[in-house]
Formats: sequence, C-alpha cells, structure tokens
Amino acid sequence: MIPSQFEYHRPADMAGALAVLAEHGDDARVLAGGHSLIPMMKLRMADVPHLIDLQDIEALKGIKIAGGQITIGAMTTQHELIADTALHAAAPIIREASLQIADPQVRYMGTIGGNVANGDPGNDMPGLMQCLDAQFTLEGAEGKRTVPARDFYEAAYMTERDDEEILTQISFAVQQGGYAYEKQKRKIGDYATAACAVSITKENGTVTAASVAMTNLSDTPVFSEAANAVLVGTSCDTADIKAAVAAALEDIDPTEDNRGPVAFKKHVAGIIIKRAIERAASRA
Amino acid sequence: MTKQIIKMTVNGEVQEVIAEPRELLIYVLREKLGMTGPHVGCETSHCGACTVDIDGKSVKSCTMFAAQAQGAEITTIEGLGSPDALHVLQESFKEHHGLQCGYCTPGMITRAHRLLEENPDPTEEDVRIGMAGNICRCTGYQNIVKSILSAAAEMNASKEAAQ
Repeated sequence: MIPSQFEYHRPADMAGALAVLAEHGDDARVLAGGHSLIPMMKLRMADVPHLIDLQDIEALKGIKIAGGQITIGAMTTQHELIADTALHAAAPIIREASLQIADPQVRYMGTIGGNVANGDPGNDMPGLMQCLDAQFTLEGAEGKRTVPARDFYEAAYMTERDDEEILTQISFAVQQGGYAYEKQKRKIGDYATAACAVSITKENGTVTAASVAMTNLSDTPVFSEAANAVLVGTSCDTADIKAAVAAALEDIDPTEDNRGPVAFKKHVAGIIIKRAIERAASRA
Repeated sequence: MTKQIIKMTVNGEVQEVIAEPRELLIYVLREKLGMTGPHVGCETSHCGACTVDIDGKSVKSCTMFAAQAQGAEITTIEGLGSPDALHVLQESFKEHHGLQCGYCTPGMITRAHRLLEENPDPTEEDVRIGMAGNICRCTGYQNIVKSILSAAAEMNASKEAAQ
C-alpha cells in the first residue's frame, strides 16, 4: 500500500500549477482532497510521476452568492459546503447531498472540484450538478472556458476536461422550488447503489419545471429529459410520478457489480427516483 | 525522488522530518516521530483508527501524504491527554466502558474531540452522524456514544462552573 515514487509540487497560484501541467502533460495530476486519487496511487492503479497539490491556491477556494448566481471554488470541501449557512439558504439540496457523501473525515478533505472532475460515476456531485444545470469553468494555458455539467461527462473517468486543464469553479443559479437528493447505499462510506437528484418548481399546483438526474446507474451521471418532460404540466400525482419513474428508468444502463445484478439495481433505482420526486414535489 | 524536509507542529512542538513525497502521514507520525497513538487499521480510509486533527479538521492520516502536512498544526491522541492527566473524553470512555480491545479508541477520541469543539451540545443523533467515519468491531457503539455524550455534559458543566 505504498505508492510509486513521485515528485511533489505545491504551487502558490494557478500560473504555477498550469506551468507544471504544461511541462509534464499526462505525467502530472492535480491533487485536491486526495480521497479518490491517493487510494488509487496506493493500489498502484494510478501512476502519477508528478503530483500537483492545489491546497495553497487561494483563487480556488470559497463560496460566492451574488446576482442570483452561486459560484463555488473547486477546492471548497464538502465540510465547508455543509457548514455554509448562506449556501444552505440559496441551494439547500447541496447540504442534503453532501451529508450523504462518505463520512465526516472524508468530507473535511473531499472537494466539490475533485468530486465533479474525477469522472467517477459513483460520485454524487456530478448528477447533482446536472440536476442544477451547473457550469464548470476549466482553465488551461489557452485561457478559460465553460462547459455545462450536462455536457461534461463522456464515460467513466472520461470528461471534457483536457489533460492540461484544471477545473477551477462551479456555478449555478440560486434555487427556487422543491428539491431532494435520495441515495441508497450499503453502508456509510459506500458509493450509491442508486441515487437521484430532483428539483421541481410548481405554480398554482402545476409543475412548471422539473429536473431529474441520477448517480451510479450508468458509466456517467444521467440527466433524464424524458422524466422531466413527463412531469412538466402535471400536478405530480401518483400516476404522474409513476410515469416519470418509468421514463427515467429507460435512460439508465446499470452494470452488475458487488452492489448487485442489473435487475436489482433497476429495482432500487425505481424506488429511489420515486422517493426523490415525491419529496421534491412535497417541498415545491 | 527528492526527499524533502517537512516542518509541522505536532502536539504543540515544532518538528522537522525528512521524508519522500510518497510517505503517508500516519507512518511519518508513528515511525519518525514516535506518535504511536494513531493506529493503522484498514489503511484504506474506511476505519478511522488513524484519525488525527489537522488545522481543526479530523483527517484519516493514512490517506494523506506527509508532504501535504507541510506547515500544518497536528494534534494526535498524545496531545489530548497523558496517563497522569487524562482528557475528559478519555476518562469518560474508561468510565462508560467505551472500549474493549482499544484499537479504535485513539481515533474515536481524537474525532470526538473535534466533534465536541464544533458542536459542544450534541444530540445522540449528532454523535452517531459525527462519528460515522470511525469503526469499532467490539462495542456495538452504544457505550462509545454514551461516553461522548457524558463527556460533553461534563465539559459543559465545568464551563458553566467556571463562569
């Protein structure tokens, strides 16, 4: 459980971090909280000749809420997301989901940037960010660009981010309406067997906007436009929710693993999606 | 690869150690600084036996390179109490039978210390959620929760008495 040798870099700013990335290309990886990367390095499943620790880069930290827009620095930890009362008022689903990630010690170290950038289909933040229609800012030698969370994930551990870019911040609108993040896991610290983020806005009892996204039910997070379309215009009664769940289940492609066979995962997903829609609707 | 000098404050004392970047903090603490309180349990960031306090955060020191702790302030179980002067949490674990084999206890108490710093008057549920990153295979947790709640009450009572 001892990783291979590597050079440790600890740049003070983004320019320093990008310079190391530019010099070493895919021989370099950035380190945020490290709770996905370090275990992989210990198992020698990740070979990282140059490790770039981002902890000193102040520009990557902090939560800003202004003009109806929430901006979160990539190095903001899950513990900080949970503790921030202004963020809780502006987007309560963030605390609800963050509390379901791993355990307290991991949440002191684990960052939102690492969680979304790693591309692990088991991570909770990618699905949540698709639900919220978040935008990811990527910074490289050529400058900055913004990619919607809904277009970011290509396959397990494969994302729109280039090797020489760093994901620096995440932004999304202040949330209105009902929300829920539901997760089924085997034990504390486990990834989801199935998880689902839902946001629902209602006017006069009718759903005007719905957003359903799922975690660990395909090799990427799944944003279900079909489920959203089923819910909009309805009162979100039992039959509407049943139809939305059926639509969402059409969009997933779970694989068999130590959490169970495909039929079991679809069964669990159906229950979790139903609960998430019901709870979001009850809060809308 | 280049070894480096890592300077950190451990239990109030400034320490300098020479380590390769790949050396994990738990091994540097145990083998280079003789702080054998934090234990290696699973070494896969699940069990919490290696928990130490770093700049006010409970951290599993098996999942951090010592180099990351450059400049950090670290508290291990050795920094909380001593055999002659036990910390309130240590007394409470003893009193309420919050341990059997004791292997998980340094991590449990170091984590509980941070939990009570952040939330001095926790409910039973707060304690169970706050201690979810520490595994005990002996006690069934009931007495650990009892020990922490009792320590919280005692610390609050002595704070009130002091005022």
